[in-house]
Amino acid sequence: MNIRTTLTALAVVLGVGAAAAQSDPVKTREDLMKANNNNAKAVVQMVKGQKPFDAKVVEAAFTQWADTAKQLPSLFPDNAKTGGDNRASPKIWENKKDFEAKIAAFAKSVADNRAKAVESLDGLKAAIPVVGKACDDCHKPYRLSKR
Amino acid sequence: MIRKLFLLAAALAVLAIGAFWMLTIPQTVSAGALDPHKPNLANGKTLFYIGGCASCHATPGQKDSTKLGGGLALKSPFGTFYPPNISSDPNDGIGGWSEAQFITAMTKGTSPAGEHLYPAFPYTSYQRISWRDLRDLFAFLKTLPAVQGRARAHELAFPFNIRRLIGGWKLLFLDGLPFQPDPSKPDDWNRGAYLVNGPGHCAECHSPRNFLGAIIPSLRFTGGPTPDGVDWVPNITQFKLKDWKEADIAEVLKTGTLPDFDRVGGPMVDVMRNTAQLTDDDRAAIATYIKSLPPVEGLTPPPKKK
Repeated sequence: MNIRTTLTALAVVLGVGAAAAQSDPVKTREDLMKANNNNAKAVVQMVKGQKPFDAKVVEAAFTQWADTAKQLPSLFPDNAKTGGDNRASPKIWENKKDFEAKIAAFAKSVADNRAKAVESLDGLKAAIPVVGKACDDCHKPYRLSKR
Repeated sequence: MIRKLFLLAAALAVLAIGAFWMLTIPQTVSAGALDPHKPNLANGKTLFYIGGCASCHATPGQKDSTKLGGGLALKSPFGTFYPPNISSDPNDGIGGWSEAQFITAMTKGTSPAGEHLYPAFPYTSYQRISWRDLRDLFAFLKTLPAVQGRARAHELAFPFNIRRLIGGWKLLFLDGLPFQPDPSKPDDWNRGAYLVNGPGHCAECHSPRNFLGAIIPSLRFTGGPTPDGVDWVPNITQFKLKDWKEADIAEVLKTGTLPDFDRVGGPMVDVMRNTAQLTDDDRAAIATYIKSLPPVEGLTPPPKKK
C-alpha cells in the first residue's frame, strides 16, 4: 500500500509533469489537483488517527505538492479557461499576478513544512493546517464550486 | 367630466403616494425598549464569528479580520454594493452608535440617519437574533480597532438606487419576527436552527432569489447562483447531503475538510475560518439542524462553458 502510494505519486510527478503540460493544460491541472487531493487524504487520515504515521507517504505527498506548485503557473494559459471538469474561476485571468503569488505562497508553505511533517506525527499535525491554509487562500478567490 | 376624472385620478395618485410613504417609513427600536444589560464579550465574540461580519466588512487587501473598514465590492444583479465601515471609529464606523441604533440596523434594516439599508446586509436573517446577543455583539465590535475612512457609495441602477423603495421590499419580505424555537425539538436542534437562520445567515447564500432579490422560501437552502453570477452555491438540504453524517458537517465547519478529503473553496473558506472559532457544541448543533433539512431539489445550475 505504502509502496503503491509512493509509486503512484512518483508516476504522477514524472508522467503527468513530462507529458501533457502544454497539450492539454485543463486536464493536466485537474490530474495534478486530484493527485494533491489523494495525497491530502493519505496524510489527513494520519492526522486523524485513521491510519498509522508513515514518513514515506508524507514525503511522497510533499514531493508531489511541490511539483504541483512548480507546474501550476504554466497551466493557466489564456486558451485554457474552460473545458473538462474545469473549476478554475475566470477571476484567475483578471488577477494573474495575485494568482501566481498565491501559488508561490503554497510552494513556500510546502517547502517550509516538509521537514517537520516527515519527522513525526506531531510535526505533521502542526504542518497540515498551515499547508491547508495556503490551499484555501487560493481556492477562496479562484476555485469554483462543484456542480 | 374629463376634468372631474382627472381630478379624481390626481387625488387617488396623491393618496397612493401618501399611503406608500406611510407604509415605508423606516422602522426603529427605541432606547426605552431596552432593559439594563451587562454585556458578555465572550458571547459577543461568538456572535461576531457566527455572524460572519468580517467576510463583507473587513477592509479588503489586508489580512486582519478585525479591521472592519468596509469597502469590499459585492457585485449583484442590481449593481455593486460597498459594505460600510463598521469599525469602532466614532466618525466613520459605529463607535458613535447607541445600542438601540445598532439593534435597529440589525433587525429593522434602518440606519441611525433613519434611512433604509439595502438587504444585501442580511437583516432578514439578523432580525432573528436575540436582543441579548445583539447587545453582546455590539459591545464586542466596540472593542475592535477603529478604522478611519468611509467606503464609497453603492453603485446601483435605477430604480434600485431609490432607498425609499426598500420600504416596500420590507413589507413583502421582512417579517419582523424573532427566532421561534420549536418546543417539540431537542435543545441542540433549536440552538442549531437559531445559529443557522439567525446570526449564521446560511440561507442568504445557500438559496436562490427572486427577481426582487428575496429568497424563494420553498427553495431555501437548495443553493443557487452567487450574486455576481460567476459561481453556484451548493444545495445543503438532504437532497445533496444525504450521504453526509452530522460529524461530516461539523468537520467542514471546523477544518474545511470535506468527506472526500477535498477542501471547501470560494466564499465558504471565510465561513469555515469563522465557524472554526465556535465551540464543538455549537458546530454539532448546526450540523444537527442542517442534517434535519428535508430534501429539496432546487434549481439546475446552467451548463458549463465548453
